[in-house]
Amino acid sequence: MGVFAHAQRRAAGAVPERGHQPPPIGFSPPPRRVGPILALSEAPTVSNTARTVLRLSLSVALLILALTSGLARAADSARATIAEATLADSPAKQRDLISSLAGQADEAIPALLEAWRKDSLFLYAAPEGVAVPVQLVGEKDAAEAQAALRIADGQPLLDAAGAPLRLVGADLTAVEHTSALRRAMKAVLDLRDLGSPDLEKRLRAIQVVGFAQDVEKLPILQQRLATETEPRARTTLREAIALIGLKAPTDAEKLAALAELKTLHTLASADLVKAALRDAETTRHPALLEAARGALRAIESHRSTVNFLGTLFRGASLGSILLIVALGLAITFGLMGVINMAHGEMIAVGAYTTYVVQNIFGNGLALSPFGKFTINLPGLGATGWAYQSYFLVALPLSFLAAAAVGVALERGVIRFLYRRPLESLLATWGVSLVLQQLFRFIFGANNVQVSSPAFLSGNWTINDIIFGWNRVFVIGFAGLIVLGVWLVLTRTSLGLLIRAVMQNRAMASCMGVRTSRVNMLTFGLGSGLAGLAGAFLSQIGNVGPSLGQNYIVDCFMTVVVGGVGNIAGTVLSATGIGFADQSLQQILGNPVLGKILVLVAIILFLQWRPAGLFVTRSRSLD
Amino acid sequence: MSRLAAFLAARRNPRAISRGELIAVGILAILVVLVLPFANQQGWISNFAINLWGKYLCYALLAISVDLLWGYTGLLSLGQALFFSLGGYMIGMHLMRMIGDLGQYRQPIPDFLVFLGWTELPTFWKPFSSFPFALAMVLVLPGLLSWVFGYLAFRSRIKGVYFSILTQALTYGAALMFFRNDLLMGGNNGFTDFKFILGFDIREPVTQRGLFVVTAVTLLVVYLLCRWLNGTKFGLVQQAVRDGENRALFSGYATAHFKLFIFIVSALIAAIGGALYVPQVGIINPSEMTPDKSLEAVVWVAVGGRGTLLGPVIGAVGVNALKSWATRAIPDLWILLMGGLFILVVLFLPGGIVSIPGIVRGWFKKKSPASSAPAPAPAAPAPAKT
Repeated sequence: MGVFAHAQRRAAGAVPERGHQPPPIGFSPPPRRVGPILALSEAPTVSNTARTVLRLSLSVALLILALTSGLARAADSARATIAEATLADSPAKQRDLISSLAGQADEAIPALLEAWRKDSLFLYAAPEGVAVPVQLVGEKDAAEAQAALRIADGQPLLDAAGAPLRLVGADLTAVEHTSALRRAMKAVLDLRDLGSPDLEKRLRAIQVVGFAQDVEKLPILQQRLATETEPRARTTLREAIALIGLKAPTDAEKLAALAELKTLHTLASADLVKAALRDAETTRHPALLEAARGALRAIESHRSTVNFLGTLFRGASLGSILLIVALGLAITFGLMGVINMAHGEMIAVGAYTTYVVQNIFGNGLALSPFGKFTINLPGLGATGWAYQSYFLVALPLSFLAAAAVGVALERGVIRFLYRRPLESLLATWGVSLVLQQLFRFIFGANNVQVSSPAFLSGNWTINDIIFGWNRVFVIGFAGLIVLGVWLVLTRTSLGLLIRAVMQNRAMASCMGVRTSRVNMLTFGLGSGLAGLAGAFLSQIGNVGPSLGQNYIVDCFMTVVVGGVGNIAGTVLSATGIGFADQSLQQILGNPVLGKILVLVAIILFLQWRPAGLFVTRSRSLD
Repeated sequence: MSRLAAFLAARRNPRAISRGELIAVGILAILVVLVLPFANQQGWISNFAINLWGKYLCYALLAISVDLLWGYTGLLSLGQALFFSLGGYMIGMHLMRMIGDLGQYRQPIPDFLVFLGWTELPTFWKPFSSFPFALAMVLVLPGLLSWVFGYLAFRSRIKGVYFSILTQALTYGAALMFFRNDLLMGGNNGFTDFKFILGFDIREPVTQRGLFVVTAVTLLVVYLLCRWLNGTKFGLVQQAVRDGENRALFSGYATAHFKLFIFIVSALIAAIGGALYVPQVGIINPSEMTPDKSLEAVVWVAVGGRGTLLGPVIGAVGVNALKSWATRAIPDLWILLMGGLFILVVLFLPGGIVSIPGIVRGWFKKKSPASSAPAPAPAAPAPAKT
């Protein structure tokens, strides 16, 4: 408990001064550390709560270190250690002191070590006759002087009167650094994140150390393995230790490392195991050769399992996308026999609706269609969960917007062309051109940015297979939509009318069904489904004026293969094409070639079943 | 059926060339084959204009090929741009060989092959050094492709919109393939930077004028051949297939064979158009073979008037002249204009521009009480929809 209190006190003392620390000039921290340093130095107005949280997490980190590493020094401030090192009289002692910092997560370490390497640490001979190690920071003024911070505690160096001193670097002695010392510093920096409380950071640091295969780091990793409790970190540590073991001096250790890698069979270790295999081939050591081959086989078999399952998942996900996109077409084309080349643009209408809704939930949106007048849509300025929920509002609105456009299209163009299907293809192509150009006028020719809500943007990684949440969601929602469409068609009176008109238009009309109204509603339903698809595609890919064009050929293929006029056929063919596409991509290693082969396969498939998977039997002849 | 069918049925004898058509074609032929080149030689018409008109005439060939299928046989093929580009690619390969070592890299093989790391010519490129071989391939490759695809499609009785969708998929797949570099056909950039054709500098006005005359004569010959074909018994069966395929089938005609034959013929016409197009335009790349280009050609036919042979020519030249003007004058609105034009023509003028005189004549006949005989109303109202 004493250690805890001490650590907390230290941390409590360390934070306020860091809040006032001016931006450190004269060193460039490695990129991934830029974030936290800037955040600390450029935001002196950090709220007290945030500071307390920071302080607590820092103290917890220090506590963990103090409890685990077993190094007496860990309880000391890293700053004090570095100050001591600058004053140490022999390079060997300096090196020991610096090395003792290994594994500590103090933010001051990288900054100070970098400063040291860049020659901005100095020894200031104080009037009392002692040397005070200082760091010169900030802008040089007219007299070349800079603000001086004491290394030991980070406080400004004060003169006798209590005013901050400004010193000129050229007048002072910079602290020396030998190449051995610089190596020690680098080692410390490499190992720093091993103790990071942030799991991802820790994992990355462990991997970096492991892949460097430096045998000297082995004891540190083993120490960490003894105390690490997080299972993923433990696995990564074992992997890193085994990877370093590949470079171990004795064959027994190498064998043990290979055996360990064989049980772990991580994909990342493949290259290093291959290198070990090459080494074993040159030394002709039979046992090593055998072990390396075994490990490599285990990794490769794991890789092929992962690839296979990944392909299955991607196939299911692509199939679901195709299904959502083609379902609307299955209704307009399949049930009504209308070739709607503007179906892709209905998808784009849905996607743009999502974009607009997102912006209304956010900061509003200024559109300037035709460059002549401007429409300002006010934003609700929602944040957090309220903002994230925009997608749930966007879904029904996308459906309605696309359905409205669809109904307008049916009333304005298509209803004149029911008897001339080829010409409805041409007229709707004209509509598709016009709509695309309208998108360009309203939203610009470039893609617009639709951000995924948080509940769609993460992923699960299970056994090296990545399951993106948005893709899982698409699969689930495709199922829901199919269910919904099936229910509408079979359980509602609208569905009854739709089916009646499709089966025998003249008879339905004689029975008093207003066929032209049913046509309009059916077309609206199909277009609305395309709009839903657009809302989904906005979460997966780019939203631009030609969004629909990328899917239209696939859509038609899906419906034709499935068998026109049959929803079940569309479901089967969408999943089939999705799986075939993804497996061919995997096998050929080339997406375009895979796509071409799928097209060829479809043409050949239609030789075998000209009317698609499911044939709607009918006695009518043209 | 539709107004169009009524309009076609109203023409008394489809075999006979009407005097009006004869005069129109004769005047156009003299104008295009003789007057325009002469005016160009005299400097009355700029080289740019003659080049542009050469392009339009190539498009007219493509439009005729679409019309043979769509207007006369009822097959809406969205793959004609593919055959057009294939023809262009074949002649383009020869033109690439004719650059010799004058390319950017000063190598004896085409630049893009040097760029891809080749030092020697791939085997399939070698015979294209010979002009007759390239010319033969212009016909052989599209012919073979249309034969195989047509055989498969017609054998399994794929028709109507399914045929359109499948040809669209074929074109799409081919475009994807030609976009790839490892097909060794220039990838994304295709072929360009041509220097010589048959020993003439391809950028000289004389050469361009020669190409224009060749294109005009080809168009005239194709036009006359198609005119003759439509008058034969074959042409009648072809139109029977369009109007009622099952009846033709039950009357003992193997409609699949007729369709296959006309599919191949129109692929060849499109390929010839493409082969004439590439030397005049100076570039061929995969964006020419996308399904959209096919649809554009269908627009020309629809606007000009399908089911006639003059219509596609008028449509191709007219729409493209409009496009050349509009893309410069109103670049943003051009697509709206084309899309709108297309919707309006399909909805209100199914017979296209060439049907306008007939419609006007119909109005006069209706108005004058003297004509007691029922007018062969070209604009007969469509039967009531159910």
